[in-house]
Amino acid sequence: MKLFEYLGKELFKQYGIPVPQGGVAGSPEEAARKAADLAEAVVKSQILSGKRGKAGGIKFVSGVDEAKKAAAQLLGTELRGFKVERVLVEEKLPIEKEYYLAITVDGSAKKPVILASSEGGMDIEEVLEDKIVRQEVNVSIGVQPYLGREIAERLGLTGDYAKQFTKIITRIYTMFKELDAELVEINPLIIARDKLIAADSKVTIDDDALFRHKDLPKVEERTEAEQKAHALGLSYVELDGDIAIMANGAGITMATLDIIQHYGGKPANFLDAGGGASIEAMAAALEILLSTNPKVILINIFGGITRCDDVANAFITVKQQREIPVPVVIRLVGTNEAEGVALLKEHGIVTFRSMEEAARKAVNLAKQ
Amino acid sequence: MAIYIDEHTRVLVQGMTGNQGSFHARQMLDYGTNIVAGVSPGKGGQTVVGKPIYNTVAAAMRDHDIDASVLFIPAPFAKDAAFEAIDAGIKLVVCITEHIPVHDAMEIMAFAREKGTTVVGPNTFGLVSSGKCKIGIPPNQFFVPGNIGVVSRSGTLSYEIVANLTAAGMGTSSVVGLGGDRVVGLSFIDVLTEFEKDPETSAIVMIGEIGGSAEEDAAEFIKDNISKPVVAYLAGKSAPPGKRMGHAGAIIEKGKGTFEGKVEALQSAGVKVADLPFQVPQLLKELM
Repeated sequence: MKLFEYLGKELFKQYGIPVPQGGVAGSPEEAARKAADLAEAVVKSQILSGKRGKAGGIKFVSGVDEAKKAAAQLLGTELRGFKVERVLVEEKLPIEKEYYLAITVDGSAKKPVILASSEGGMDIEEVLEDKIVRQEVNVSIGVQPYLGREIAERLGLTGDYAKQFTKIITRIYTMFKELDAELVEINPLIIARDKLIAADSKVTIDDDALFRHKDLPKVEERTEAEQKAHALGLSYVELDGDIAIMANGAGITMATLDIIQHYGGKPANFLDAGGGASIEAMAAALEILLSTNPKVILINIFGGITRCDDVANAFITVKQQREIPVPVVIRLVGTNEAEGVALLKEHGIVTFRSMEEAARKAVNLAKQ
Repeated sequence: MAIYIDEHTRVLVQGMTGNQGSFHARQMLDYGTNIVAGVSPGKGGQTVVGKPIYNTVAAAMRDHDIDASVLFIPAPFAKDAAFEAIDAGIKLVVCITEHIPVHDAMEIMAFAREKGTTVVGPNTFGLVSSGKCKIGIPPNQFFVPGNIGVVSRSGTLSYEIVANLTAAGMGTSSVVGLGGDRVVGLSFIDVLTEFEKDPETSAIVMIGEIGGSAEEDAAEFIKDNISKPVVAYLAGKSAPPGKRMGHAGAIIEKGKGTFEGKVEALQSAGVKVADLPFQVPQLLKELM
């Protein structure tokens, strides 16, 4: 779950990481109030995407009238595919220098990794490799102050700045760990008026750990159908083709999409039904697939933890409950395959053994 | 031979009294796996599929010699169960559970490293040494002995490809599921190293997917360290960037971990990359 900049900064504040003075606003009037104490201010669109400045989503203002006007211009507009529902109004700071600081998960090292650079402000992907300080973290000891001092030195931060940096990095790590974050990024971390300040925030929380962070605000970037699927333990991504796909397992679902495309078809979605096959999940899955008005539905099941007879039973039950107005191609092999195929046969439903044949059939049906 | 597990491996099942645990314990026994006991806190003294249940791993270890443990434990409790198995001194821990928080996975890996334990998964189907031992959830009938080693990031896709191999008359030596999460215990490189040493393995199939750098790292390693023929299949050719395709690891972020990049890296290491899963047996035949 990605957090908006203002939410990330509220968390920074809680963890003792300095942020610019200001606050979030949902209306031009509120933006004016937030700007009241600020001489020069910046009004920033709150969307779950970077590069807002280039897209015109950030405005510099002086005085409440300009702040109100800027907020009125930004609120409700669409920016990089996201609707702007809030703006963050903050003091404009005299930036002396910009740094980059992030903690994320390194899958290869199986550890958290700190990334830091004295070339802040731009996308870290565009910073030269030798300008990036990379430091893996041993989770048994976490980020102790010495590590902060070492990184500060490598970034060329000395004296009081090194002390401030060390505090920030240890607190960022505490936040990263306590909140089960996948990413905590400050870009830029600025020097202004002798202080290191987090001028931006990018925080992503591990979806799999949300069960133990019920107090965190909910930020939703998925479509309604995607949310519905997720609530039922299905993994669903909307695409723009006309062949609806349901399979069990992320890898085989991806491969099914690839094969459909290989034979000239267009997948309407990615739907991984995961392990197991309850009637409720099957009904919901079919409901979601049908809501995109596909020309054909392809169900590709290779039973491992999923049992083919459960899939067959669920499909038969759903078919008896509701009309399915498009052809359904079912491929069924694996655990309890014979039972599943026999059940479907009793109900006049033909199944395929081969994924290739099933995919070809689905593509042909979509072209009719 | 075979890698990691064989007919002598003595297996503990953590969470064996649960629905999945008991079903797959039965399937494993049917395959020939030497399950010696199960653990379910509070269920000690019961018997499941003819095997004794203990409250703790330590208690099971007092009565049995155990080489490997497999976890059928819900995600919120999986870290505890993995720690328990590692701390008890079990050398191979197979974590089937999906949706384990990534911070928990990192802690598990750190503890395993300290104790010299091999962790397979999380979010894996497990591993099979065909005809000898299966630890995990793959459907039994497709895993027949042969000389092809398979290593994969994805479960059902592995069954698909192994079934294609079987249908083409090619059996498998061992099949190892790395797991679909961002942080998992084994890498392609770890398993490729084992297959290279294994006299029963003549050729290797790698099943990868978009996201991360595991395939690129493997390609770099294969160049200098693997003499056996390698065929790869990669899922996610049609996946749009920025969309997480089910697996936590399967996402193209900031232009990294793309299908094209992986194919290029593997091909430059001499690996044959199949366009479709069912082309894998043919490509293997051409190389062997």
